[in-house]
Amino acid sequence: MPFTLHGRTFAVPALLAASALGLAACSTGSSPSSSGSAGSDGSAEPVELSFLVDNAEVTVGIAEALTAAYTEAHPNVTFEIEQRPGGTEGDNIVKTRLQTGDMADLFVYNTGSLFQALAPSQTLLPLDDIANMAAVSDTFKAGVTADGGVYGIPAGTAMGGGILYNIPLYEELGLEVPTTWDEFMANNAAIAEKSDAAPVVQTYGETWTSQLFVLGDFANVLAADPEWADKYTANEAKYADGSPAIDGFQHLQDVADAGYLNKDFASASLADGMRMVATGEGAHYPMLTFAFSELQANNPDNLNDVGLFAIPGSSGDSPLTTWLSPGYYIPATSEHSDAAKDFLNWVATPEACEVQTEAVGAQGPYFVDGCTLPDDVPQMVADMLPYFDAGNTGPALEFLSPVKGPALENIMVEVGSGIRSAQDGAALYDEDVKKQAQQLGLEGW
Amino acid sequence: MTDTLHARTQEAPASIDAPDRTRKARKRSTYPMWFYAPAGVIYGALFVIPTFASFYFALTRWTIFDSEFIGLENFKTFFAEPYLFESLLNTLFYATFTSGAKVVLGLLLAVFLSSQIIARGYLRSVVFFPVLVSAVGVGVTFSVLMDPFDGLINKVLAVFGVEGPGWLTDPDLALFSVAFVDVWRGVGLATLIYIAGIVAIPQEYFEAAKVDGANAWHRFWHVTLPLMRPATTTVIILSLIGGLRSFDLIWTMTKGGPGFSSDVLASVVYKQYQAGFYGLSTAGNVVLFVLVAAIIIPLFWFLNRKEVDQ
Repeated sequence: MPFTLHGRTFAVPALLAASALGLAACSTGSSPSSSGSAGSDGSAEPVELSFLVDNAEVTVGIAEALTAAYTEAHPNVTFEIEQRPGGTEGDNIVKTRLQTGDMADLFVYNTGSLFQALAPSQTLLPLDDIANMAAVSDTFKAGVTADGGVYGIPAGTAMGGGILYNIPLYEELGLEVPTTWDEFMANNAAIAEKSDAAPVVQTYGETWTSQLFVLGDFANVLAADPEWADKYTANEAKYADGSPAIDGFQHLQDVADAGYLNKDFASASLADGMRMVATGEGAHYPMLTFAFSELQANNPDNLNDVGLFAIPGSSGDSPLTTWLSPGYYIPATSEHSDAAKDFLNWVATPEACEVQTEAVGAQGPYFVDGCTLPDDVPQMVADMLPYFDAGNTGPALEFLSPVKGPALENIMVEVGSGIRSAQDGAALYDEDVKKQAQQLGLEGW
Repeated sequence: MTDTLHARTQEAPASIDAPDRTRKARKRSTYPMWFYAPAGVIYGALFVIPTFASFYFALTRWTIFDSEFIGLENFKTFFAEPYLFESLLNTLFYATFTSGAKVVLGLLLAVFLSSQIIARGYLRSVVFFPVLVSAVGVGVTFSVLMDPFDGLINKVLAVFGVEGPGWLTDPDLALFSVAFVDVWRGVGLATLIYIAGIVAIPQEYFEAAKVDGANAWHRFWHVTLPLMRPATTTVIILSLIGGLRSFDLIWTMTKGGPGFSSDVLASVVYKQYQAGFYGLSTAGNVVLFVLVAAIIIPLFWFLNRKEVDQ
């Protein structure tokens, strides 16, 4: 028995190698025609591109719409979309598959610090030579650049991280959108007193959602100290040092201590949270605007009942913390890299933006020149646009510093559940990021 | 344990037949040594080499592509993890609790299921059935059942007017709930081992005890229990190793949460690995390896010595 096993273990790699050679031959044969003739002729050799996306409603929706439209125009190129979980589980899958050379021809992944952790110059294919790269905004390019090379094409639109609120409840109670944290707490008190709604919704059934109070507060930190991110990267600034950086932790402790959280905060999911803020079971939900598609899928009747404001800081006119969209990347090991590049070249066109808008609705401003939004955007997005128009935004920390620890979500769950104080949580997180900084080989750690 | 004892006694006569040339004769009569080679290669490639390689990588900062030697820095970081000590305590609690409960419940169930009762075969399979289900399946099922609001358990409690706690979301209760599910899942195997042990006890002992006027309790305490020591040793060792390394149930049910309150060593190691700290997580695995070895080897030696004394 061991001998037959042995025979097999040798035969399998050989077989794989042989088939890989065959596939490689195919792709090199087809690439000139597909890149040269923009693909309208059906004579080009067929290529199937594998495409790994996370399982968020919006990512899958966009990927399906884009690939379907592209296959329609280029019948020789077909796609096989594969889904993976999000969060740290997904990070793990992406890293492992990249490092074992087992990655799909195209994949979606975060930009900024998480992108940097992929060791892009070793694992990804540079996309500088894509014709439409010039049309991609510099803001986005900054988030997908490593060692001088650009590696990603925007997948979707810019996002904001702020507080989603239930508009009918605000109208009913005669409340106004708060501009400072004290006003926000006053609104919470009014809601707790005069309605059955939970003033603040938290959803620790999906732990990553707990981070918004800290991550979404970063534009306020940046407004108070424009150099904070650089100091943080250089190990000179800490969350536990005090205001403004620690405010995000403190805010969560404040709302938790006041008993403003929904009763099922410990087990609720993102979908539950969006349902609550849409139907008025909850008044406020700190979240990223990409959760809009969750709303679209589950509560289409309440689309315009949900508004957005930036997480209020200590003084008025708080800026909105913004996130780049995720990026589409091609791994260095892809055997169909030319066909994949042609596809991404098309993704960076206004035509592709329209396909996305049609599929998942207008989610926010695009990063590609010439892309426009329709006039009637949903309330949440309409609330976000003025921040962009007025330039009253600040990037999230992950786009300014590669230092992000893996345990923030668990620490925030502890702070929100009353297991740990804000001060302790911030200090613990400062310890946690040390590992990431050392792993990246940053100076001063 | 009983099996090995049997095997030994059966081998004995053979060696008495040829006292002088035992070794040579045995060598010639059995298969050639190189028949071991394929198994040896697989064992070496899949177990020995990775194990020793991990001792080296535990001393490096490792990104898969390159590794930088940093001495004992990883162990320092690992032990400085503020929640590591808590996870160490959790690991020990989890292992002792599940192991203890499996011994006690397994023994009681085995005694019950080897007595003359109706539907004995059916009841035996019912007890053993959870062992056959995948741990992930069990974990997902129970996390649905234990949901604080929509879960069946708390809904049933609500019928009786009791407000059930957040089994998996209360930081004081989460680890206990997972340990309970682990016992539910693993007690079947312990019972099976105990039933085998009870069946192997010669009936004459019981009959002799009966003649001497021993009641059921005496027979259990003075006959069954002492003669079950080998089975007990097996159950303790197996369930303790399983408990110390336990990961799948904890990960599917709580992911170490809420916060870090149900983290055990294995889940901390996995989290470091997920975050891409490969060197650090390897160091954690070495710690786990040493911990399991440091507990199990002396225990095994201690329990087996007692067995020989008998």
